[in-house]
Amino acid sequence: MSHNCDSCSIQSELERMGVSLTRFDRVVALAGNPNTGKSTLFNALTGLKQHTGNWPGKTVTRAEGGFEFNKIKYKLVDLPGTYSLLSASHDEEIARDFLLFGRPDVTVVVIDATAIERNLNLVLQVLEITSRVVVAVNLMDEAKRKGIEVDLRSLGRDLGVPAVGVVARTGEGQHALLEAVDGVASGAITTKPLQISGTPEFQRAVAELVPLIEEAAPGVPNARWIAIRLLDGDAQVEEALASGRLASIVGDQQRASQRFSQKIALEGAQ
Amino acid sequence: MSTAAAAALERAADLRRTLGVNFRDETVRSLYAEAQRIAGRAANTSATRRDFDQRIDRLVTSPVLGLPIMAMLLATVFWLTIAGANVPSAMLADGFFWFEDLAAGWFTSWGVPWWITGFIWHGVYKGLAWVISVMLPPMAIFFPLFTMLEDLGYLPRVAFNLDFLFRRAGAHGKQALSMAMGFGCNAAGIIATRVIDSPRERLVAILTNNFVPCNGRFPTLIMLATIFVGAQFSPAFASFAAAGTVLLVVMIGVAFTLAVSWALSRTVLKGEASAFTLELPPYRRPGVLRILYTSLIDRTLFVLWRAVLTAAPAGAVIWILANIFVGGTSLAQHVSNFLNPLGQAIGLDGVILLAYIIAIPANEIVVPTMLMVYLGTGMMTELDSFDDLRTLLVDRHGWTLLTAVNLMLFSLLHNPCATTIITIYKETLSRKWAAIGALMPLGLAFLVTFMVAAIWRAFV
Repeated sequence: MSHNCDSCSIQSELERMGVSLTRFDRVVALAGNPNTGKSTLFNALTGLKQHTGNWPGKTVTRAEGGFEFNKIKYKLVDLPGTYSLLSASHDEEIARDFLLFGRPDVTVVVIDATAIERNLNLVLQVLEITSRVVVAVNLMDEAKRKGIEVDLRSLGRDLGVPAVGVVARTGEGQHALLEAVDGVASGAITTKPLQISGTPEFQRAVAELVPLIEEAAPGVPNARWIAIRLLDGDAQVEEALASGRLASIVGDQQRASQRFSQKIALEGAQ
Repeated sequence: MSTAAAAALERAADLRRTLGVNFRDETVRSLYAEAQRIAGRAANTSATRRDFDQRIDRLVTSPVLGLPIMAMLLATVFWLTIAGANVPSAMLADGFFWFEDLAAGWFTSWGVPWWITGFIWHGVYKGLAWVISVMLPPMAIFFPLFTMLEDLGYLPRVAFNLDFLFRRAGAHGKQALSMAMGFGCNAAGIIATRVIDSPRERLVAILTNNFVPCNGRFPTLIMLATIFVGAQFSPAFASFAAAGTVLLVVMIGVAFTLAVSWALSRTVLKGEASAFTLELPPYRRPGVLRILYTSLIDRTLFVLWRAVLTAAPAGAVIWILANIFVGGTSLAQHVSNFLNPLGQAIGLDGVILLAYIIAIPANEIVVPTMLMVYLGTGMMTELDSFDDLRTLLVDRHGWTLLTAVNLMLFSLLHNPCATTIITIYKETLSRKWAAIGALMPLGLAFLVTFMVAAIWRAFV
């Protein structure tokens, strides 16, 4: 990395590429609770104008855009905001399917610095699915105004993944965030994601199921997460495994979610 | 099912039994405990939290004042739109029509055949000029104001205030959010229903979104409110009276939304309203530049562009209809004569219905279409003020207050535009629901206007 300075301009290294996504080297997913500023961050990085506004639930489609950082082309996917990945509402399904089967190189979980505890529930669930995570603590300015001090080092240490403070609206912290994304994607930063261990019986049950799942759906990523969902009796995951969709979904994830294409969203004038 | 999958599922079911019934609760609890522990270490939350926000929220979501404050805000937005758009609209119209005559004059002096001049300048161009001068100023005021409320964080409070009404109608409280988006554009409102998880409630929200007037219909409402209601008052109060009328129409629309939702949830879409959590986000200072960008480029220009794209061919169609004569009468006259009995039955006339048929691609062009048919070709009346418009409609074509009232109701209730119908189809992937989404409002519009006309004629 050429330099590591947070205050200097990132324009020299960041090139916004809008929707021109003909070639890209890495895929980055943006996840997070509703109304934490994912779309604002998405717009800042890609130069696109996704609809933003101060109410939970604006992003209902999976928007995609591109940017280039340190000569590496990234595809950025803005997922609908969700509080969890457990239930089966439509936007949670879009987010969950992408994290599971879209295999992003890095998942950036955007959290609200003024409501860290509530936001962490989702972070912990994402960490169950993938280890390549960067936590972007957004709205640092709002937190400061409210007298909330965020200890990013403690947060990163506890979670086992980089935690970077950002202000998506002004672009503060963007450079550090992109450095972290680059590091996690390239393997320069090794993550040790915190995973809720649960009881010993639970651990044994998961360990026993993982090889069975890998046999039933060869090549499936996140067998551990699927094992946990099966133990929980998640009907959708059960159905996906039984019908063989789990095996095939890995291939055509991209196509499947096009039903809710971004095109409609744009046609609708937002 | 493959044997391997069956084996995995069977084993999972066995293991689940050994883990006990409280396993899920325990998992969730440990998740929450972990989150609490980490957050406790990472964030020092000594400050008194959200004191100011909470005080405002207590006011704007209060059971007593919540709804009146909402109505006041909406009325203010309408008033600013109406009062502010008047002058620029007239100026734009003046400029455009001055240029129409000038350009048509050039064409004539260059020896261009009359029908080319007429088609281009009195057909296509005139249609465009009308759409732009009637729509651009109100949109350029309404959209930034609306986006500001959205950015501030007021929309979730609206949903909170209206939740009890929607719940009683058997609909989802978040329908208030998709309804609010419908003010901008019904197609966008229908896409916004994705925030509703239950398919039944989502369908209710999709089918009733049409009952809030979209931006393409606001100019019609504003024009009618200005020339038929506002004109009854002294100039000082005219814009207030007009804004009040528009607010009333919007409230009637919300009432129809609730009534139709209620009827749907008790008949074809039976079910109870589901519970949900809605976050009331902190109030944030709106970013002025970003608001101007989203509202002027994304919304205003987008809607205007769509109107222009449909107005140009519509202008051409009208010009052709008005200039092809069969048996001494123009085609437009034939069609509107044919539609006239139906139009009269619902307090309108054949020309208005013809305009609504031509305007199926986009509601924005209803008024210009109507006026172009009324004006025909030979009589190029200058219509640069609302007074002239009033003279034309009332004195020449026999409009009454009933016509204005029923036109507002018809505009509020009738079928959605083609884009919206296509969006309903794309969102539900069902021809049946798309057809119902188009025909149910249309039927309701005819029924309501017919009843109003019947009662009106019986008593007035």
